[in-house]
Amino acid sequence: MTIVAKKGTADTRMKMLDSAIKKSLYRQDALIEVLHKAQDLFGYLDTPVLKHVARSLKLPPSQVYGVATFYHLFSLKPQGEHVCVVCMGTACYVKGSDRLLAQAETNAGCKAGQTRRDGKISVLTARCIGACGIAPAVVFDQATAGKQTAEDVAVRLKGWLAHGPN
Amino acid sequence: MDRTELQTIGQREQASRKSCRILCCTGSGCQAAHSLDVKSKLEAAVQKRGLGDRIEVVGVGCLAFCGQGPLVEISPDGAIFERVSPELAETIIGELADEAPASGLGRIDRNHPFYTGQLRIVREFSGRIDPERIEDAIALGAYQALEHAVNEMSPAEVVGEITRSGLRGRGGAGYPTGLKWGTVAKMPSSPKYVVCNGDEGDPGAFMDRSVMEDDPHRVLEGMAIAGYAVGASQGIIYVRAEYPLAVARLRKAIQQATRLGILGAGMFGAQFDFKIEIRIGAGAFVCGEETALIASVEGKRGIPRVRPPYPAESGLWGQPTLINNVETYANVPTILRRGSAWFASIGVERSKGTKVFSLTGKIRNSGLIEVPMGTTLRYIVETMGGGVPDGKVKAVQTGGPSGGCIPADKLDVSVDYDSLVQLGSIMGSGGMIVMDQDTNMVEVARFFMEFCMDESCGKCVPCRAGTVQMHGLLDRLARKQATSLDLDRLVQLCHMTQETSLCGLGQTAPNPVLSTLRYFRHEYEALLQPTSPRLARSLPVVAS
Repeated sequence: MTIVAKKGTADTRMKMLDSAIKKSLYRQDALIEVLHKAQDLFGYLDTPVLKHVARSLKLPPSQVYGVATFYHLFSLKPQGEHVCVVCMGTACYVKGSDRLLAQAETNAGCKAGQTRRDGKISVLTARCIGACGIAPAVVFDQATAGKQTAEDVAVRLKGWLAHGPN
Repeated sequence: MDRTELQTIGQREQASRKSCRILCCTGSGCQAAHSLDVKSKLEAAVQKRGLGDRIEVVGVGCLAFCGQGPLVEISPDGAIFERVSPELAETIIGELADEAPASGLGRIDRNHPFYTGQLRIVREFSGRIDPERIEDAIALGAYQALEHAVNEMSPAEVVGEITRSGLRGRGGAGYPTGLKWGTVAKMPSSPKYVVCNGDEGDPGAFMDRSVMEDDPHRVLEGMAIAGYAVGASQGIIYVRAEYPLAVARLRKAIQQATRLGILGAGMFGAQFDFKIEIRIGAGAFVCGEETALIASVEGKRGIPRVRPPYPAESGLWGQPTLINNVETYANVPTILRRGSAWFASIGVERSKGTKVFSLTGKIRNSGLIEVPMGTTLRYIVETMGGGVPDGKVKAVQTGGPSGGCIPADKLDVSVDYDSLVQLGSIMGSGGMIVMDQDTNMVEVARFFMEFCMDESCGKCVPCRAGTVQMHGLLDRLARKQATSLDLDRLVQLCHMTQETSLCGLGQTAPNPVLSTLRYFRHEYEALLQPTSPRLARSLPVVAS
């Protein structure tokens, strides 16, 4: 049971995943938590990781795959270096989040749900992040920013493209 | 832990409080506006001036006026500063040290109806305590109701008290809470489970997030009381993964309550054990439906199943399970502390107590409000919310994707479970989104339908295929390519999906369409293409 090594650190991450599985006492109902952990460690869930989880929890791979694809937060594809999540909840929507998304798509050069070919930026949408009081909200690399305008989004994304973290 | 120890902790905490408390909001909204930086700047300024003996800076939960964050309140009864930037934070301390009045900072009027119109039961302690310190909550009376219940009341008496209070489920459907508790309590098999539904999926709603973030102990206390009432010793809180701060604070609260011996075995010297664990969702709106939530807690895909059997008879792991919403549990400690008669005196016939709403959208004062049931929508939107900036209200959306749009001329409706249903909307979990004259209602309907289409779990055909077809028709309408026949088909599909779907998601998915059609039909009709009867016959039955 070996995993294709990724940048030489896969072993350590795999060990961390294994210890999380052990901590969950190999309970099959811990599947969602285990998948969260795996995604935290690897950034996304690829087939070898899913198979490994299935074996460890003694679950059919079909069930693990079914759960991983059912929930929106699990990603089976690698994400970009930077992630821009535009909230499309109702409050953000009535305050023009569709324009923010269009701006993000233009700057990133990829559609919502996709990652730029060079892997620098992923543009995603969220159903509602509960930051409705400061709508429209955008999450840039896990930090929520409120009352955004298209210009704010453009500046941030251009910054990412120009020079790493901003 | 016994009653005396609980009181001692509270008194010690009260005594150690400084005479001036600077409350700095650390809720999700204000954190996004850098309130943590503001807090550290305030702390540094207090230290620099050597005022530590009389002033303390406390990170608290939501101070309600989320649209104006970061907020800083001087307690007791001082100013509330809005939009405090880290740079200007120090001027607040300067003012308190009588150097110079804080300049460049806006102040919120405490006598504004946004505050005075509120009645706080669920949010009683929100913004007044540090949610990360259990002692702070105990100082205001947390866990006293639990201690009273387990030592001085029988489980049946607790159920009776909740029943008499008239509390109804705050998740949206409004099922009488006492009745639900009574059903679970009567079940002979054990173990039983108490589940808290913190999967607040409605877009535009963040009341439950705020309750979990601001006063997590209230939720734990409510669940423990429920556990005692129904005979369960295990509680599970299911929180959506989109709320990391709520998860962190609940975790900490559970740890602290367990460490003090409040949660766990032999609580308050009584023969009652109760543990609580957290389960995190992974992004699925349908998991707010109780049977789907149970499947998700079991580690499976969140797919609803046929009821009956209801979770009260056969829920988690096939055992009797009590499922209530966060806000429902949060009402419980206060009901026990102040009595069911007091609670039942608030609100209107058949809707008792208060309801928390997140007031957002095109509105001047956006944030969280808790109002007595029966307050008019007009009062909430126009007086408390201050109306639409530069425009006027066109409609108010309540109930999220399961609810509807209430037009401006119906704003005098009393906000309670039954009145909103009569207008074709629902109370829902508490999202209240104000829309102005620029909002296109067909687009709104399409927006919600797209949401339901994406979130349909795919189990039953009316919802899985119906939402796709309805979305296609709405899309055609929005692009001005639809005919009156398409509109007829849309209505037909709406009723079909309502009547034949398995769970609430499908049954209510057409609501936004039907309610906008009811009040804004002219907007749909203005988009229609004229069709000859012959062409109409040749059109495909279902367009996409």
